[in-house]
Amino acid sequence: MGITTMKSNKIGYFLHEGISSIFNHGFMSFASVCIIIACLLIMGSFSLVALNVNNIIEVLESDNQVIAYVSEDYTEEEARALQPQLEQVANVSSVVFVTRDEAFDEFSGQYEDTGLLEDLGSDFLRDRYEIYMDDISLMQETKTALEQVTGIAEVSAHLEIAQGFTAIRNTVSIISLILAAILFVVSLFIMSNTIKLTTFERREEIAIMKMVGATSAFIRWPFIVEGLFLGLIGSLTAYVMQWGVYRLIEDRVVEVSGLAFLEVIDFNVIAVPLLIAFIAVGFCVGVIGSSVAIKNYLKV
Amino acid sequence: MIVMRDVFKAYENGTKALKGINMEINDGEFAFLVGPSGSGKSTIIKLITGEVACTDGTVIVNGFDMNKIKLSKMHKVRRTLGVIFQDFRLIEDKTVYENVAFAMRVVGASKKEINKRVPYVLDLVGLDTRSNRRPNEISGGEQQRVAIARALVNNPRMIIADEPTGNLDPARSLEIMMMLEKINELGTTMLVVTHERELVNQFSKRVIAIDGGRIISDGMDGYYNYEEQ
Ligand SMILES: Nc1ncnc2c1ncn2[C@@H]1O[C@H](COP(=O)(O)OP(=O)(O)O)[C@@H](O)[C@H]1O
Ligand SMILES: [Mg+2]
Repeated sequence: MGITTMKSNKIGYFLHEGISSIFNHGFMSFASVCIIIACLLIMGSFSLVALNVNNIIEVLESDNQVIAYVSEDYTEEEARALQPQLEQVANVSSVVFVTRDEAFDEFSGQYEDTGLLEDLGSDFLRDRYEIYMDDISLMQETKTALEQVTGIAEVSAHLEIAQGFTAIRNTVSIISLILAAILFVVSLFIMSNTIKLTTFERREEIAIMKMVGATSAFIRWPFIVEGLFLGLIGSLTAYVMQWGVYRLIEDRVVEVSGLAFLEVIDFNVIAVPLLIAFIAVGFCVGVIGSSVAIKNYLKV
Repeated sequence: MIVMRDVFKAYENGTKALKGINMEINDGEFAFLVGPSGSGKSTIIKLITGEVACTDGTVIVNGFDMNKIKLSKMHKVRRTLGVIFQDFRLIEDKTVYENVAFAMRVVGASKKEINKRVPYVLDLVGLDTRSNRRPNEISGGEQQRVAIARALVNNPRMIIADEPTGNLDPARSLEIMMMLEKINELGTTMLVVTHERELVNQFSKRVIAIDGGRIISDGMDGYYNYEEQ
């Protein structure tokens, strides 16, 4: 007797009612699980693509430096002295000093016929700094700030490339966000319709429960349990499938690609956050979908 | 106890079902509510069970003011009431026993309490030998007795029956009414809606007659006399 037996009695009832109705509508349950799996796989795949695009761009961005040229009338000593000042500039992560000779060697190394260049000597080049940034989308601001430093004659930056990277990142993020939102709503809709089938079938039972004085929470629970189970079955299955697909693609890319920057994030790194995300979506779809389905029956 | 003061009810489509109802039903009383079809009897029942709200006036059910009670507290009112309908409203895939036990289970009773109470009420309505049958395996009169057992099982202060004998032949109807009378004698307040004159006149009870949404007579003479008004 007592409170504990009453509680376990109730929980047993909710579980029994919720799970048995999954099997009572085997087909609709199966269909809604499939829809959840499909939605999660699409959501998951897009998010993973977005993650990888981000990762690749990060690698590319770290190569994308700004060149700050030192005034020609500065000696090498004077030019070197500028380094601490440049490191102070906001958004600058690191700076590398390159003398005009080094620059000349690098430059001439790119051409077959160096005869012409040798005539010119390294004098036509200036001492320079390669400047690396934390956030490439702030390149314009950083460029302006660098130009303010006395001794810096000119700053050259590939603004279009930086903007291109930022644009790709934003586009991919926005598309995958919008898609995730749409698919979430689709899953909710399908889930609530599946549970609505149960509520419709049991409308007389619900009416009797209300008539004899069951609380709304008590009436709601079996349907929440049903939704929760469907949601979790869907999300766990989708997770396993997502894992398989990702591994397959990962292997292919490593096999085929000779490109150093095309590096796929290791699944182990994202396994846990992805699992949490999938379970969270399954949980929310189950609970919210069934709450929506039962809402109308609890109005009086 | 039920108290209604100047109660008006208009449905969303404009139908004025009740036009100023005043009545009181005290604890332990047995009252018939009679009147022709469409006179507003079921509307009164629905006001008592909280299924609809009145447009104007006051409805008090076993101490709860139905205009003020929150939806989340409505189950408290309903636990003081046992409700019986013309169409029995049993769950077809549950046995007689399970139908009655269900009413206890959904208000949180323990297994032990259920095992003790259900056989007792089934015995009270004479269905102890029918516990394992399903509703479609027993007669209409027996089905209504299951509904009575279900209404009784949580020990309500009051039973409300909306045309409980509407689907039964005269002999079964009399049986059901006598059973309700017996339950009333055990202390449960009883409000029975019917439009069967013969049946009402076999009992000497209070009769509240209603027509066109108004009470046209209310007396203890036990006579169903609305036609003469
Ligand atoms: N849900 C409703 N919506 C609109 N009108 C209704 C509704 N329920 C009942 N009515 C009307 O209210 C009046 C009283 O109905 P009711 O209380 O069911 O009468 P009775 O039970 O005495 O036959 C009737 O005219 C009926 O048509
Ligand atoms: Mg009626």
